[in-house]
Amino acid sequence: MSGAALQLERASVRLSPALPRQLDDVSLSVAEGECLALVGPNGAGKTTALRALLGLVALESGRASVFGREIGSWDRSELARSVGVVSQREEPVFPLLVAEAIAMGRYPYLGTWSQPSAADRDAVQRAMARADVVSLEHRWVETLSGGEWQRVRLARALAQEPRALVLDEPTASLDLRHEMELFELVIDLVRRENLAALVVSHHLNVAARFADRLVLMSAGRVVSAGAPSQVLTAETLSSVFGWPVSVSWLSDGTPQLYPERKPLKPLSNQE
Amino acid sequence: MGSPVPQWRGVMVPLLLFWLLSVAIGLTVGGAGLAPFDVARALTGEGEPTARAIVLELRLPRIALGLLVGGILAVTGAALQALVRNPLADPYLLGLSGGASLGAVLAIQMGVASPWGMPAAAFAGALGAIAVVYRLARVAGSALDSRILLLAGVVVGAFAGALTSGVLAVSESAAVRSAMLWLLGGLGGVGWTGVLALAAWSAPALFVLALEARNLDLLSLGEEPAQHLGADVARTKRRVYVAASLLTAAAVAAAGIIGFVGLAVPHLLRLLRGHGHRGLLPAAFALGGAFLVLADALARSLFAPLELPVGVVTAVVGVPVFAVLLRRSVIGVKR
Repeated sequence: MSGAALQLERASVRLSPALPRQLDDVSLSVAEGECLALVGPNGAGKTTALRALLGLVALESGRASVFGREIGSWDRSELARSVGVVSQREEPVFPLLVAEAIAMGRYPYLGTWSQPSAADRDAVQRAMARADVVSLEHRWVETLSGGEWQRVRLARALAQEPRALVLDEPTASLDLRHEMELFELVIDLVRRENLAALVVSHHLNVAARFADRLVLMSAGRVVSAGAPSQVLTAETLSSVFGWPVSVSWLSDGTPQLYPERKPLKPLSNQE
Repeated sequence: MGSPVPQWRGVMVPLLLFWLLSVAIGLTVGGAGLAPFDVARALTGEGEPTARAIVLELRLPRIALGLLVGGILAVTGAALQALVRNPLADPYLLGLSGGASLGAVLAIQMGVASPWGMPAAAFAGALGAIAVVYRLARVAGSALDSRILLLAGVVVGAFAGALTSGVLAVSESAAVRSAMLWLLGGLGGVGWTGVLALAAWSAPALFVLALEARNLDLLSLGEEPAQHLGADVARTKRRVYVAASLLTAAAVAAAGIIGFVGLAVPHLLRLLRGHGHRGLLPAAFALGGAFLVLADALARSLFAPLELPVGVVTAVVGVPVFAVLLRRSVIGVKR
């Protein structure tokens, strides 16, 4: 194996001694040309795992590395040239044009006093075309819909010309079409440009269709990891989510789950 | 290819003209009743000695000071706004000015009030104030809420103001008089030495802010996105807080407390041209300077021969801007 692009090895995180570990002995790795989806219920530690991986939170034990190098040895702008991140939420407080926002994807490449070069502008144009935001170029960010803003942020990450993408709930505010478009784009980048993609998602069915492998987390630990058909079993999901779940299969063998109805118990006869 | 990113160059020319106009107005307005022609002759070293003295030794340093102080306050405001992600931030509202003036008053009280020494004392005061403000805001939670930060700034500013009054109340009358005059905020009476001291104190800090301009762009997206885009957030914050404290201290030591320049000027520019700090900071420096020189011209001429403190004029202009911003940010929160 040529070494993982993104890797956590037995990583634990404890933000406060009074609290249980947010991350408990978690290992995961994403190779180049691979899409890994990180799934699990709310509070499972998915975002903490990303933050640990990106060096934004200190590890209690274990190791986080990017392209084989310990995360602590990366300079932040060097890291930004290798890893593009779309975080869960981001609300600019000042008026900002879409073009300005995407141009910030080139900041890690610019010297303190240097102006963007032709290569920088090309990268921005390519990223805008890739994320289908060329028509938004002259809009103010505050006038964008949630889906448009998400695509702009993806374009900014692509402008970084990264070798790995990290996306935290990228489709939370997207409708069906835009969600599918975004995942198709990510997979296209993974297949054609050999990017490594790590995607946190609540949408298990979509994750199952796109990701090469899934890592299912619960309460800070990895419960199950492997191909979607291995991870998404009725038994595991029902226990992790605390709700009865059934699984069926698409014709290509991809598992799709649906939660069972669990009608409310009739009110007790106190009234 | 046409860059879609807004070009500050288009604003810089009118801004420069406005800047020159403010200098011309500042030179010709005043109690001595000099005609523009006399002023022009004095500038070239001709004309009457009295006119020459008034123009070269009184008005010119006063204008130079106004350009510097206004520019410094506006740049500092713009940087602080990006840092705390709140368009309502300015050195005055964040308590920096209050801390700096307490430091400076203590310096006056102890008799070390030279144009070179006072900024050092003011710097210590400003750093102390921002440290306390930061601590107070942290109490409310690990995620720094910029509204609480501002509240903490106002509280610390008021506290520093009370201490300043206390120090003045128990000090000797001569020291009090000089301190009171200076606290009101004004550009008169420091002369070329003051201008030089201010320039020397502020140049390194302005340079640091220029270095951090792109990181300020990133920071105003939020700390986490900034890090993903390559900013070393902890380092940038440290540098900007220190530079802002130093700049506020230097401005306060030279001209007393002048509020709202740091609020109104960056806001106007952001409305015009989006948010890239590499353009915003120099533009704010130019517009802030011109604004303060004009405010000072107004302060000198409105009730001539009486002179208003220039801080009164900036507040009269700045507070409505604050009100508009406040209304907007509250509506923005609800949306």
